[in-house]
Parts: sequence; C-alpha cells; structure tokens
Amino acid sequence: MGSSFPPLLPPQASTVAVEVDALYALLVSITAFFTLLVVGLFLYFGLKYARKSESERPIQVHPPAWLEIAWSVVPLLICLVLFVWGVQLYFKIYTPPKDAITIHVVGKRWMWKVQHMSGAREINELHVPVGVPVRLLITSEDVIHAVSIPAFRIKRDAIPGTMTTTWFNATKVGEYHLFCAEYCGANHSKMGGTVYVMEKDAYQRWLAGPNAGQPPAVQGARLFEEMNCISCHRNGSNQRGPVLEGLYGKTVALKGGGTTTADDAYIRESITNPTAKIVDGFEPLMPVYLSQLSEEQVNALLAYVRDTLGKAERPKDAPAAGTTPLGSPTTSASPKASESKGR
Amino acid sequence: MSTPHHTAAHHEEENYLTHDSSIQSWLLTKDHKRIALLYFLSVTLFFTIGGLFASLVRIELLTPAGDFMSSEMYNQAFTSHGVMMIFFFLIPAVPAVLGNFLMPLMIGAKDLALPRINLASWYIFIIGASLAVFAVLTGGLDTGWTLYPPYSSAYSQSRVTIAVAGVFIAGFASILTGVNFIATVHRMRAPGLTWFRLPLFVWAHYATSLVMVLGTPVVAITLFLLGLERTLGFGFFDPAKGGDPVLFQHLFWFYSHPAVYIMILPAMGVISEIISTFSRQKLFGYSFVAMSSLAIAILGFLVWGHHMFTTSQSAYTGILFSALTFLVAIPSAIKAFNWTATLYKGSVSWETPMLFAFGFMGLFLIGGLTGLFLATMGMDIHLQDTYFVVAHFHYVMVGGGVMGYMGGIHFWWPKITGKMYSNFWSKLSALLIFAGFNFTFFPQFVLGFMGMPRRYHSYPEEWQILNVMSTAGASILAIGYVLPAIYLTYSLFRGQKAPANPWGATGLEWQTSSPPPPHNFHETPTVTTEAYDYQSLPLSATPEKGASHV
Ligand SMILES: [Cu+2]
Ligand SMILES: [Cu+2]
Repeated sequence: MGSSFPPLLPPQASTVAVEVDALYALLVSITAFFTLLVVGLFLYFGLKYARKSESERPIQVHPPAWLEIAWSVVPLLICLVLFVWGVQLYFKIYTPPKDAITIHVVGKRWMWKVQHMSGAREINELHVPVGVPVRLLITSEDVIHAVSIPAFRIKRDAIPGTMTTTWFNATKVGEYHLFCAEYCGANHSKMGGTVYVMEKDAYQRWLAGPNAGQPPAVQGARLFEEMNCISCHRNGSNQRGPVLEGLYGKTVALKGGGTTTADDAYIRESITNPTAKIVDGFEPLMPVYLSQLSEEQVNALLAYVRDTLGKAERPKDAPAAGTTPLGSPTTSASPKASESKGR
Repeated sequence: MSTPHHTAAHHEEENYLTHDSSIQSWLLTKDHKRIALLYFLSVTLFFTIGGLFASLVRIELLTPAGDFMSSEMYNQAFTSHGVMMIFFFLIPAVPAVLGNFLMPLMIGAKDLALPRINLASWYIFIIGASLAVFAVLTGGLDTGWTLYPPYSSAYSQSRVTIAVAGVFIAGFASILTGVNFIATVHRMRAPGLTWFRLPLFVWAHYATSLVMVLGTPVVAITLFLLGLERTLGFGFFDPAKGGDPVLFQHLFWFYSHPAVYIMILPAMGVISEIISTFSRQKLFGYSFVAMSSLAIAILGFLVWGHHMFTTSQSAYTGILFSALTFLVAIPSAIKAFNWTATLYKGSVSWETPMLFAFGFMGLFLIGGLTGLFLATMGMDIHLQDTYFVVAHFHYVMVGGGVMGYMGGIHFWWPKITGKMYSNFWSKLSALLIFAGFNFTFFPQFVLGFMGMPRRYHSYPEEWQILNVMSTAGASILAIGYVLPAIYLTYSLFRGQKAPANPWGATGLEWQTSSPPPPHNFHETPTVTTEAYDYQSLPLSATPEKGASHV
C-alpha cells in the first residue's frame, strides 16, 4: 500500500486520481501563495513601521477604492475557476460510463457486503479488474456509512432507504484501502479492508473461485416467481402493473405529471417504497416489500429487472396499459402495481 | 474618542468587583460585567473538560492499534470533546464573555438593554451545560457532535436524549444573548455614536447576534424532533418509517454552518480592535469590514448543503451550494486584506494581544483557504469525512476563534481585572500556542489527503508518524493553554495595577477606569468623532510601556 515514508500522497490508482491531484496541487498553491503573501506583508509592515516612540501618531492612511475592489474581484475570479473545475470533476466522478460493470455494495455494521453480478460475493474486500469501469451501487441496511477508496479518490455515502452510485476505472494492479468514512458506531474503524485490483483474467478466475455463487439476476428471477410478481407485471387482461421487459433505462411517465428515468435507484425505490412514484395509468396497489426482503434480495430483484428483463424484448402487443410515456411507446414501466392488495 | 475622564487616577474608587463582595451579589447580579465573569469561569471549565477529552483522543492515536482504550470509550471521548468545545465553549466564549463585558462599555451605556434577561441566559446556559456534562460523565455520548440519525435515533446505546436536551436548553441562552445585543445596539448608543462610528467589535457582535437569533431556533427544533424520534419512536428521519435521514443533515447544518460564524465573527471583531490599536491606524476599509460581517452572517445561512456533497443530495442542489460557499469566502478575504493593510504606515507595537492577532491571521488564513478545497465539489469527494476536514475546521474554529478569544482576553484583561500580566510569559504562551497548533493540525491535512477517515479508533500503520507528530504538537499546545491560567491568576494577586488605557486605544471602554465602576461611566460620554481616531488621543493616555498610571 503506502510506499513513501513518511507518506505524502496516496497511491494514484484510478483514471480520475490524476485530475483530482492536479486540482489539489492548484488548491495547495493558492493556499500557500495567499497565506505567505498576507502573513509576509503583515510581518513586513509590522517590522518596517514598528513603533519608535510612545507618542507616535502616524498619519491616517485613506484607502483608495480601487484597492478594495481589486482584492474582492481577484479572489472572486479564482473562486470561479475552482468552482467550475470542481463541478466538472464532480460529474466525472459520480457519472458512470455506459459500459461500466455493476457491483452492489451493502453497508451493515460493521462490514461491506459485496455482490458481483457473476454471483461471487465477499465481505470487507473488493476484487475488481484493472482497466474496466466499475460502477458501485451502494446502500445500507442500518445506519449511514460511506464507501471510501482513497487510492481511487472516490467516496459515497451508504444511506439506508436510498441507493447511491459512484464508479472508478482502476489503473494499477495492487492492493488498496477500503474504508467506511461515515461514523457508524463501535467498530467504525474496523469496517473495511482491502480493494484488490487484478488483471482481467485473474479477476475472471477469482470470480469462478471459492467465492462464486448464484448470480443475483438468477436469484432475482427466482424471487420474482416466488413472490408472484408476474401475476401483475405482465401483459394481458390481468395486468395491474407496468410490464418490466425492456424497461431499464427508459423514460417513464408518472401519475400526476412528470417523468423519471427507470434507473437503478428508481427501480429499487419502486420495490421498497412502491407508492413513492406511480407510473401513469396504474393504481398504487403494490404492497411494501421492504420488511420481507433483505437489501441483498432487493439487489437481486433489481439485477433481474435490470440485466435480464431490461435486455428482454418488450412483448409486441403490450400497450403499456394506458400509459402515455414521453419517449418510445415501449417505455411504460415500473414496479408499482403488483399483488392486488393496496397499501 | 471624546470627553476623556481622569477618574482612573483615584485608586480608592469603588469598582464593579469591589463594591459588593457577597456571594449573593454575584449570583443575582444584573451587571453585565459580572455576568461576563460568570460566563468566563463557566466556559473555562468546559474548555478544560473538552481539552481533557481531546488529550484522550490524541493519546489513543499515538499508536495505530486501538490499545489505549476501548473503541466505545474512544467514540465517547471524541464526541464529548466536540460537544463540550462547540456548544459550551466556542459558541458562548467570545460573545458571552467579551461581548457581554464590552458591548455596553463600547457604546457608552450603563448596561445591556435587558439586564435580567442577561442573568437568565447564564442560568439557562448552566442548566443546559449541566445536563450535557451529566450525560457525558455517566454513560457518555457516542454519536459524534453531529448526532446523525439513524445512528443517534435508533442505534446508539448512549445518553443521547439527555445530552440533546442539554444542547437544546443551552440554545435559549444563545438566543437571549443575541436578542439582548441587538436591542442594546439599537437603543443604548451614547449621544453622537452613529452606526458608522461604532467599533468593528460591535458590528461583528451585531452580525453574530442575527445568526444566533435566526439560526438557533432551527437547531432547537431539529434536536427536539430527534428527541421525539428516540423516545417516542417517531420516524422523521427513519427510512423504515418513511422518513429521511438526510433531512436531519439539512436541518442540522442549516444551523451548524452559521454556528461556525457565531464562533468566528466575534473573534474577527476582536482582531479588528487589536490590529487597529497596535498599529494606531483607523482600520483600513472600515465600512468594508463592517459590511463584510453582515455579508458573512447572511450568506452563511445559504451554504449548508456543502456538508452533503457525498450524500444523495442532487448534483444540481450541490452546485448551488458550492457556488454560494465560494461567495461567502469573499468577505473573509476582504477582512484579511484590510487587516494587513492597516499596519501600512502605522505605528506597530508587538504587545501580547498583537502576537495573538498575528497568530489568528496565519491560522485563519489557512483555515479559510482550506475551506476552498471542500467547497470545490470534485475535491470534496475525496476529502469529505477525512482528517482534512478535521484539520480545516480546527484551523478555523481554534486557530481563528480561540486565537481571537485569547487575544481579546489579553487585550482587555487590564480593563476587566485592573491588573497587568507578565509580558514574558504571555508572549511565550502566544508563541507556544501558535507553534503547537500548527504542529498538531498541519499533519492532519496530510493524513486527510492520504485518506484517513475521521473518528477512527485505529488506523493503518503507515500513518503513525504523522499521528505521532500531531500528538506531540498537542502537548505543546496544552502547555500553551495552561500557562495563561497560571500567569493570569498570578496577575490578579501580584500584577501591576493597570491604568485606564494601557495600550493607547481609542474605544470608549478605555476612557473609564480599570476596572470600571459599577455603572461603567460617571457621566455618559458624548462621541464627536469616528472610531479609531488616534490623532485626537491625548498623549497622557499612552503611558510608557510597563509604567503604571498610578
Ligand atoms: Cu460504517
Ligand atoms: Cu459549513
């Protein structure tokens, strides 16, 4: 991990790390410049105009207006540069590319539970391939935590009841720290472990190794069946909820106006809190499953809706039950209605 | 400034300390000067408690393993440190001690507008503080001072409800002080003392009072909701009950970001007074500095979301908060430049308060500028919740706030007690605090950039050397803080008697005797000039250094 001693820079092991460090260097320079300037002038004036006699009464200096304007405007311009760069970098760090692979991360006192889409699972460790964009979908089962991987310069809170996202593209094979950065109680500092960045083939071997298991999408399919989701989310006379095939990533019209994108956070919310956003043309009939499903089961259902149903062809004769979606006519969607019990 | 008095020369004169010495006369006093001293003793006690908890934290972090105490105890230690220092030392320190003592004196008034309310505020403060101290010492509090749910509402086994009740109650003391200052500045100014003749200390306290009055009710409501959630099972912040834990963060920081300005604005007021006095120059850009206090107070209410860039807060909300946060940096920059320019062509004397002011400049600059890192959204992701944040806010709140407070105590000590303290020891203390502070907190910037999360009981081995430096620095800092307790106490018994105006300052408070009489002025002063008019300062008001006036 850290190689220099005493350490001054964390390892630079992701594509964004270089840019974050460049911005950091700029900020450090600005800080050093202004601190030295002001402290230097303070000392210089303080010594140059040191009091020589107790009866000294210096001439009153009247500040010119341009000076006040100058030292308001110059900092403002510097701030503008920092602001724009910061915003641009923020979007870069929190907007995963389309081709990113997905890994689910669930925080629970005091461990990170990781689900790979191949079915491999691990706790307080994270194995990832080098040179591949990896998207983390993060949530928590209890209190607020935060996934922090300093070598990648990323961090994102794990918030119960909400799904958050971050991503990285690791550039160097190696081992890096994985932390929980949001205080979560007794073993907060023990919540974490190691991120292993591996060559792609080594990663594939690891996925197939002892940590392998049933892929979440497969588990999700089974849950989908067991919980009888299909009885409502299907095309036909008994349809009570949106058809889920081909739904993922589409724009969905909502009851009462407005639209939303059927992304992971939205689908997760629709499973755990179905009445939050109702798809136009449906009734809020779906029961709340949160109490029955663990976060990992929710993730499995989500993986099924995203990876299996999301790629499936939408049935040709499936008019999205009265929906008038903004985008293509095939984007109805959503998780609302299912079993006939209302809430 | 005007109508100089010569009462200082009468030594036998009764002053506010000597005119009645019964216990009752202290506990039921309505004299703002005595109430200031009650506050002074109280906040010194809470500073000591908070400091002891800080020592525990630093000792634990000497080694990477969590071996000095259990993680549960450690969590209580840093929480207690934060709660004591923020709510019971930093927030009241400058306003309730120096502000209370000086606001009426500086505007030529006999007392604050509402003397009874002032005494009530101290009792309310003590009740709140006692509850918090009780919670901290019995069963402890382990939520961090930020009290985020659902940890604080549903998981913590510690005395959250009592501690929160303590902070809630103490908030009312703050509101009452703020209301009192606002009323006093509006109603009690001496004849001729127009708004733009007010000392900048008064402007800073006026702006601070606005923050106290407008912000504190919000944190009170927030803590009340948290208490309901914890005791009665409401679900405002609990996702399982349809609540939102991030809502708490919005409400909490709506107060707690402006609260930083409650800690720093009055200290800035102190610095303005010190720098002007020891440069014998009217403060450069007086009206810019005065207005920048108001700008900080107002803008400070619009930036709270910068604490939530890594939560689920939307990116577009974040952008707005980032922009506003950069804006609030500008008035602070204006102040720093104007303070420095005040020395230009001045007559600079490096007495102890000026050393503290210099320390303030250095530390507050670093504190403020490192705030820019955290306002920069893409940078904040990496630094959020690390030691970088810890270092940043200590530079602002301790480097800025406490340096200002120490400077103020040393500046007005002769006025408050009528005694001069040791030049040598006080300068040594200023030096030790400055050096020790940097030694303690500078390594924490590096640790933060390395990625060390805050509130960690144990940490990876490669970070030990920086942590050892930090702990070593903290020991120097501790000596720097203990010294004043010794030489200031000593000065009470053996110190030289202070003249009315030992520093050759212009404020009205220096025109009455040291210590002042019970009603401050024998006759109400009339003001005829602007603040910081050193030209018309009588030569007799500036004795040779060290010489006693009597
Ligand atoms: Cu955690
Ligand atoms: Cu803030």
